[in-house]
Amino acid sequence: MPYPSNSMNIFNVAGSAMTAQSQRMNVTASNLANAESVAGPDGQPYRAKQVVFEVAGSGRSDVGGVKVASIREDTSPAKMVYDPKNPHANPQGYVAMPNVNVVEEMTNMISASRSYQANVEVLNTAKTLMVKTLTVGQ
Amino acid sequence: MDKLDAALNFNREALNLRAQRQEVLASNIAHADTPNYKARDIDFSSRLTEAVERGRASQSMSMSVTSSRHIRAEAQAMPDQNLLYRVPNQSSIDGNTVEMDVERINFADNALRYESNLTVIGAKIKTLLSAVQQ
Repeated sequence: MPYPSNSMNIFNVAGSAMTAQSQRMNVTASNLANAESVAGPDGQPYRAKQVVFEVAGSGRSDVGGVKVASIREDTSPAKMVYDPKNPHANPQGYVAMPNVNVVEEMTNMISASRSYQANVEVLNTAKTLMVKTLTVGQ
Repeated sequence: MDKLDAALNFNREALNLRAQRQEVLASNIAHADTPNYKARDIDFSSRLTEAVERGRASQSMSMSVTSSRHIRAEAQAMPDQNLLYRVPNQSSIDGNTVEMDVERINFADNALRYESNLTVIGAKIKTLLSAVQQ
C-alpha cells in the first residue's frame, strides 16, 4: 500500500479546504467593506488583499489539504477621484481611493462560496460512506 | 491465505482501492482553486489486478537481509508512480488542471461503487455466516 489508506484523511483534506475558502471569503469581505476607506491606520488608502493557496503536502504523498500560503496586497495604483472638499484631497483636489475592484471581489466571493459548498458535499459523502462501512456485515 | 480470507480478498482489495481513490478525488475537489495544482487519479483496474494477484506487499519495498541479526525494515514505495495525472480538456491560466464537473462526477461514481461494494461484502458475510451456522 503506497500510503496509509486512512479514510479519515478525507475529513482533513476537505476540512482544510473549507478553512482556506472561508479565509478567502474573509479577505473578500474585508476588501468589500473597505472599498471606500480613504485612510487606514498608516494614513494610506486601503489596499486590496488576495489569498494564495498551496498544497499542504505531508511530504510522503501528493494528496494533501489546502493551506493559505500568503495574503498578498494588490500592487495596482490607487484610484484617484476628484473631490476637492475631502480633507484627504491633495493640492490638485484628487483623493486616493482604495484599489478594490468591487466586481472582481463579488466574483471571488461567489467562487469561494461554491468551492466551500463542494467541499461540504465531499464531507457529507465521506461521512455517509464511513457510517455504512461501520455497519458492514450486520 | 485461508479460505475465509480468500473469499473476501477480492472485495477487500477493491474496497481499499475505492477508499484511496475517494481520497484522491476529494483532494482534487479541495484544490480546485490552488494555482499550479495538477489533478490526480489512480488507474483502478490495473491497481486492483496488481493487489489481487501479487498482494499489497508488492507495492512496498523491504531491505534485503543477509544475516539473521539484521533488523528487517520495510518502507512504503513512493506513491507518485501509482498516482497518475489527469489530462485536462480545458486548461486554466493559473496552471490548475482540476475540472470541477469531471471531479464531481468521478467522486459521485466512486462513492456509489464503494457503497455497492459494501453491499456485496455484507451479503457475502451473511452467506458465509449462514453456512457456518448450519
